[in-house]
Amino acid sequence: MKDDVIIPGPEKRLKPHRLLKFLRQEILPTTFCPGCGCGTVLNGFAQAVDELGIDPKDMVFVTGIGCSSWIPSPYFKGDTLHTTHGRPIAFATGVKIMRPDLKVVVIAGDGDIAGIGGNHLIHAARRNIDMTVLMVNNWNYGMTGGQVSPTTPFGVPTTTTPYDNVEHPLEAAELVAAAGANYVSRWTTYHVFPLMESIQKALQVDGFSFIEILSQCPVSYGKMVDMRKASDFLKFYRDQSVRVHKAKAMSAEELEGKIVVGKLMERERTEFTASLRRINERFRKG
Amino acid sequence: MHLQDTKVQRMIEINEELCKGCDICIDFCPLEVLAISASINRRGYYPPEVVNEEKCIGCRLCELVCPEFAITICNE
Repeated sequence: MKDDVIIPGPEKRLKPHRLLKFLRQEILPTTFCPGCGCGTVLNGFAQAVDELGIDPKDMVFVTGIGCSSWIPSPYFKGDTLHTTHGRPIAFATGVKIMRPDLKVVVIAGDGDIAGIGGNHLIHAARRNIDMTVLMVNNWNYGMTGGQVSPTTPFGVPTTTTPYDNVEHPLEAAELVAAAGANYVSRWTTYHVFPLMESIQKALQVDGFSFIEILSQCPVSYGKMVDMRKASDFLKFYRDQSVRVHKAKAMSAEELEGKIVVGKLMERERTEFTASLRRINERFRKG
Repeated sequence: MHLQDTKVQRMIEINEELCKGCDICIDFCPLEVLAISASINRRGYYPPEVVNEEKCIGCRLCELVCPEFAITICNE
């Protein structure tokens, strides 16, 4: 190491990372692979919570199975439910109905939310129950070795489709917007600042809010498409993403292979638990 | 525009023990403040090192994009 380069050692450090107060520091560094986007999502989420000034004690995190389910559990210092594969939204519905005062946040992967728990997602969005769902979409089942998932792009090789994927991917954000959610957006781990603002917005929205976050998997997905560095994915996201307002003016051919990012839906429909409580009060009086 | 003229005293802090050497911060720093260090950390990764600290404008992109909470910018 050169002498003229200033790298502060632990004794010279002015102050620790300001977001470490939200994390269980004794288990750091995370178990994520080097360059995994899950850490960036955790970073953006902690930043959003910090800026909103929410007490993590007022939040409940519900996760399923998979790499992205490790984002809040165990790293985020809050109450977590680590549930069965594909069922985080079903568990979160129960939590929200019994404790409407808590903010319920579901952070899980594409296999969990769009694949195995797809029906839970559609019906939670249709009910418009107040919860924030962050779907971390890495285009494959990364934890088990890179199998094809419902969101894998068309024509991409994976471990279980070595001669290219012949299925078309599920557009989860558009699906949730059509199903009736109050707030839907899609961002990538390249767009860190808009992603953080979008998480802030989703946490404040009363009703079902959904953010699809495209996140790199340089290990399980990258080995099959020869993108072994995290930066390769981020450059891909940067070059292939199109903002919503620009995408409206583009034809279907031009949008082929592009990633539409931005806010896809914002509306104000009645929230599920509020309606449930109103009914409860009406019939208890009589 | 002379960004350096308006800058306040900053310190880029890199927690080398948390770094996993993914190089996102180095590749995406808009002003090439960071570079791969010559030394390895305890886990065998090459953490970034600060080479052009005077160029830093404190945009916090490295801080927010880091998956491991290993970089932070302190404004004095």
